[in-house]
Amino acid sequence: MGFWGQFGVWLAALLTIGIISFLYKDNFLYKACEAIFVGISAGYWFIVYYWDNLYKKFYLQVTNHDLTSWERIIPWVGFILGVMMLSRLFEKIGWLSRWPLAFIVGATAGLYMMIYFVSNAMAQVASTIIPVFIGDWATIIANFFIVAGTFCGLVYFFFSKEHKGAFGLASRVGIWFLMITFGASFGYTVMSRMSLMIGRLDFLFGTWLGMIK
Amino acid sequence: MKREIPVAITFIVGTAYLIAYFIPHEPFNYFENWFNDWFAVIAAFAIWLGVLNLIKISTIKIVRKSPDWPYSVLIIVSFIIIVFFGFYEGYRGLYANPHYSFRDPGTSFDWLYVNVYTPLSATMFALLAFFVASASYRAFRARNFEATLLLLAAFLVMLGRVPVGDILTSWLPHQYQLSQWANWIMHVPNTAGQRAIMIGIALGLVSTSLRIILGLERSYLGND
Repeated sequence: MGFWGQFGVWLAALLTIGIISFLYKDNFLYKACEAIFVGISAGYWFIVYYWDNLYKKFYLQVTNHDLTSWERIIPWVGFILGVMMLSRLFEKIGWLSRWPLAFIVGATAGLYMMIYFVSNAMAQVASTIIPVFIGDWATIIANFFIVAGTFCGLVYFFFSKEHKGAFGLASRVGIWFLMITFGASFGYTVMSRMSLMIGRLDFLFGTWLGMIK
Repeated sequence: MKREIPVAITFIVGTAYLIAYFIPHEPFNYFENWFNDWFAVIAAFAIWLGVLNLIKISTIKIVRKSPDWPYSVLIIVSFIIIVFFGFYEGYRGLYANPHYSFRDPGTSFDWLYVNVYTPLSATMFALLAFFVASASYRAFRARNFEATLLLLAAFLVMLGRVPVGDILTSWLPHQYQLSQWANWIMHVPNTAGQRAIMIGIALGLVSTSLRIILGLERSYLGND
């Protein structure tokens, strides 16, 4: 590993310790690392969006002489809308930013309406409508729980009818399934964060200090 | 003009996307491609808006010598450093033979990403493990049946994901050990709950999107 490689490892180690130091208390080292993180993140995404979006989707198209003049004019609409977005920084003309915002909202609504409906509603419903009593007893129980749990969970989300009687019972069972889901999601999230922490400790004690071979 | 034109834009763009989904032919596929490109360009400017706002606020803090203003200097300096190397490597790569990207391994931008951005973001998210654990210690109480279910599911999934879970239940047959219970919870009741949530979200999203496209929902435009 050359000088810049070694320097990078030391820098990464110091920044990692700086962030972890918050577990002791809020201190200047943590605040400094936090400020660096904010600046670096902002700059990173600034550059990524410049090269991936602005350069590729605008600059390369308006300067491509293989395209017709009409095709080179079209990207300017997006550019002008983008510049209008920056008007939000100025109070008097801030209302201009509503035009690109309206574009983003309309595009998101139109695009995701069908995508979510197909992948999240229709596909999930199709996966849930399955034969229950097939295979061994473990498969039967699993299929039954999936079908009944999904149905009862949906009943819980149906607010147009009062949750009483058999409907109320189904809704209550739906809550049980949702609670298990939240618990499982919580446990999964904690373990993923733990895995990140193990990764950082492995870096500190392995890559940096060489104590783990 | 301050409200009518944005509502018209939302209607036209939203409807064009819907039509392009059902009729993926000329001229609607052209509209979709143009809108996708415009969306990407506007998204870039939206990020820039956030960044410029951050720089504006940090500069004001420095000029006014507000409390903790030296940290604002760090924000601006680290921002300028990575932006400089991002542009430098990007344009250098364009004129190099063969071309390379600003984030290819070995570039100074990648060096900053690997040695500064990645450790900072990974450690920042890793810290959440401690906060989530301490918050759950205070909030999780088996007060009723539902809360007990949540607690049990979380406990079994956490214990089943580490080796000690299987060690504790090593006297049981393999299919009854804790890791298998954790897998079962993730694949069966968790799947049922997730599906109910996903279907609910999708139906809510469809109705909200329709309201937005038809101009019935205008809260995104603000009050004035």
